[in-house]
Amino acid sequence: MKILILGGGQVGETLAEHLASEAFDVTLVDRDEERLAELRDRLDIQTIAGWASHPDVLRRAGIEDADMLIAVTGSDEVNMIACQVSHTHFHTPRKIARVRAAAYLDREDLFDKDHVPIDVLINPEQVVTEQIRRLLEHPGALQVLDFAEGRVQLVAVRAHAGSPLVGQELRYVRKQLPNVSTRVAAIFRRGSPILPTGGTTIEADDEVFFIAAAEHINAVMGEITRVERAFKRIMIVGGGHIGERLASAIEPYFSVKLIERNRSRCEHLAESLHNTVVLQGDATDQDLLLEENIEQVDAFCAVTNDDEVNIMSSLMAKRLGVRQVMTLIGKPAYVDLVQGGDIDIAISPQHTTTSEVLKYVRRADVARAHSLRRGAAEAIEAIAHGDAKNSKVVGKYVKEIDLPPGTTIGAIVRGNEVLVTYSDVVVQSEDHVILFLTDKKYIPQVERLFQVGLSFF
Amino acid sequence: MHLSVILRVTGILLTLFSLALLVPVIVAWIYAEATIPTFAMAFGVTLVAGLLLWLPMRSDRELRARDGFLITALFYVSLGLFGAIPIYLAESTSLSFTDAAFESLSGLTTTGATVITGLDELPKSILFYRQLLQWFGGMGIIVLAVAILPMLGIGGMQLYRAESPGPVKDTKLTPRITETAKALWYLYLGITVMCATSYWAAGMSVFDAICHSFSTVAIGGFSTHDASIGHFANPGIEAVAIVFMIFSGINFGLHFVAWNRKNPVYYLQDMEVRLYVFVLIGVSAIVSGILAQHPDTIDTPLRDGIFQAVSIATTTGFTTSNFSLWPSVAPVLLLFAAFAGGCAGSTAGGIKMVRVLLIYLQGLREIRRLIHPNGVFSVKLGKQKVPDRVVEAVWSFFSAYVIIFVTMVCLVMALSDLDFTTAFSAVGACLSNLGPGLGEVALNYQALPDAVKWLLMFAMLLGRLEIFTVLVLLTPAFWRR
Repeated sequence: MKILILGGGQVGETLAEHLASEAFDVTLVDRDEERLAELRDRLDIQTIAGWASHPDVLRRAGIEDADMLIAVTGSDEVNMIACQVSHTHFHTPRKIARVRAAAYLDREDLFDKDHVPIDVLINPEQVVTEQIRRLLEHPGALQVLDFAEGRVQLVAVRAHAGSPLVGQELRYVRKQLPNVSTRVAAIFRRGSPILPTGGTTIEADDEVFFIAAAEHINAVMGEITRVERAFKRIMIVGGGHIGERLASAIEPYFSVKLIERNRSRCEHLAESLHNTVVLQGDATDQDLLLEENIEQVDAFCAVTNDDEVNIMSSLMAKRLGVRQVMTLIGKPAYVDLVQGGDIDIAISPQHTTTSEVLKYVRRADVARAHSLRRGAAEAIEAIAHGDAKNSKVVGKYVKEIDLPPGTTIGAIVRGNEVLVTYSDVVVQSEDHVILFLTDKKYIPQVERLFQVGLSFF
Repeated sequence: MHLSVILRVTGILLTLFSLALLVPVIVAWIYAEATIPTFAMAFGVTLVAGLLLWLPMRSDRELRARDGFLITALFYVSLGLFGAIPIYLAESTSLSFTDAAFESLSGLTTTGATVITGLDELPKSILFYRQLLQWFGGMGIIVLAVAILPMLGIGGMQLYRAESPGPVKDTKLTPRITETAKALWYLYLGITVMCATSYWAAGMSVFDAICHSFSTVAIGGFSTHDASIGHFANPGIEAVAIVFMIFSGINFGLHFVAWNRKNPVYYLQDMEVRLYVFVLIGVSAIVSGILAQHPDTIDTPLRDGIFQAVSIATTTGFTTSNFSLWPSVAPVLLLFAAFAGGCAGSTAGGIKMVRVLLIYLQGLREIRRLIHPNGVFSVKLGKQKVPDRVVEAVWSFFSAYVIIFVTMVCLVMALSDLDFTTAFSAVGACLSNLGPGLGEVALNYQALPDAVKWLLMFAMLLGRLEIFTVLVLLTPAFWRR
């Protein structure tokens, strides 16, 4: 598959890296020659310098035989026009664009075939906001991922010594929680994956991924990790797009304080937010944090666009007694640096955006794909089609399905019903199957499993 | 500053006003009263004075926004003086010119303070004329408050300026001032007709119904009887009065929007109306409660408590009993409620609810700033941010109000040998365009010395014109070219 990426910013770069590593042919267009040289040296991609929405530039980049266009330049307008141009002149089959301005997003009919032809809109800020909001709703979770419109969630937690399930074999889970159907999808011990079987023991400090219906998440978490009080006081650092969105999304449920450095931005925030206390100042100013009772804060979310500020303020906040810090980190290298240290959760915006795009490059019918552990693992919600004759999954018991190594089926969503899979469930057509892959290299095999056979032979 | 244009406009107004003096002539003719020459004379004098100002002056340039200060002040002063003529000339009243001017200005500013006793014996045409003055005054105030003061930006009233996002986002009534004035006229007339009909249905005579509807809708408080609404001793009439007093105390711009869209939700969304209704209910409850605690004062504590609370808090000034004799904190509480007044853009007086609300919100912001020294807070009405300029203007207005109030109380006490309660309540009742006060001015202002009456007239004018319109005229900078 040939994919054209417009814009070599952080999102473009991460996407290119991710897609190129999966053997897609990636061409990246950017205005900045030096930036392109840097990317070309590091990644196995083709680069074209030029204005991303100009037809001649697109033609040079090979849009005529591209299967997909991903427009992620910094400008909404350039992204939109690029999609329009490629639609009108080059009939590109699939167009994904980043559009951030709420003013455009409010008008859904704008983005259909006859107007601005964008198939998929991605909005990293919104995705990150959603992710943080879910984490705030589940104190103690390292990651919360939605499947099947939020009915099923995949949650990562750090196992805590002394919790009921820690030190127990996995088959004990069913006895401990008889009314809850949940399944441990994977365990990462000291960074390397363990494929869970009934005899696997959960150890303290394991990173445990489990799948359960949304309403059971808290019950399961309580068995694996320390029971955390619900969050109440939240402090947000950075009043940019993400900070503002996050504050307005959570201010009805939490008591929120927001620190922003820019005076006029503060004025704007004070007007647009209704219950949030907007503070003007530097988040790395210890006096300011102490003055605002930092030690009482339950969760500290650093979401400025400056990685260093985010990291430093988070470290300081943690030192001053905040229960949990979440830090937005753009540079992948920094994520490695801070992981396992004082920062509880590192959120990578590029990463989340990548997940959004992933489901569209998968060859099977994928409703959702989440990239996990910096792209090493992946969780996929695939839809089974066909019948027993032409499909490798439909009509089979779960235990009969020939899964590649390191892959588990976490749950099956059938209509409104959530079946956490035990081996005696038979997969039906139109089931949403949620799979967990600890190693990305087996993705093509999973894709093949879910393709309807006959049309390909 | 072109005085000629301003005088010319004043001339036009006086000429138009002279026509209004013909209406009582009709009343006098209907009731076959001897006051026809009085009004004819007043008509003649006003008409000639108006034409003399109007015709010789050339209109060589357009009016500017700044001329608005002088014109509004001149309007009220000139109408007050010329409006005093029939009262002064009428033999049945036999008032000095000071008293006549006091009565006239009290009517035009919809204050409702009176120097006349024995209203019941006066000719109907004179009584009708007093009510008419209030009605015209009320109309003038609405146009002033909805169209002109916002333009001048007095005391934070730019909040209601058509082009700025106000509490109700689209208070922009019509694009042109004349159109807006016309629309408000119809609304005002419509409410008056409804009010008169309701009074008549509740049992008033046609004459009383029309007269009282004038002073109710204008939130004036003049009555055709010495005992005011208490004269009728009719709960139905009191209920009608309560409803229309509350209604008239609401921003007419808001009435216009709500009626135009046929959607009463606009009233509920307005923060000022919410506070206004809340205060009325609160004061009614407290006053009724106090009256109920003292059963020897009054027989029907709830009925009188609610009526008096609404009448005084909206600054109307109708009475059913002499509330200044009521026990405990009730009289003082009522007077303080009148200081807060009704909604901006209505015929009510006082500081206005929206200002009280903004003063409160600003106070709250100050407290929050102390708790969060680095916090950035904005004052919001509903979900709409109020510009800091408006908050400043409201505070300056409030300070000016208090300073003028205190100064005037001292002056009144210096100019006469009145006690503090009388001086305080007289100034308060005039500055907030309420009417009846406490102590010696509980019923009428007859007994006060002339100097005090002139001072109180000035207070009425200040209160009606939102203080700064008049204060700006007293600065040399305004007159400098």
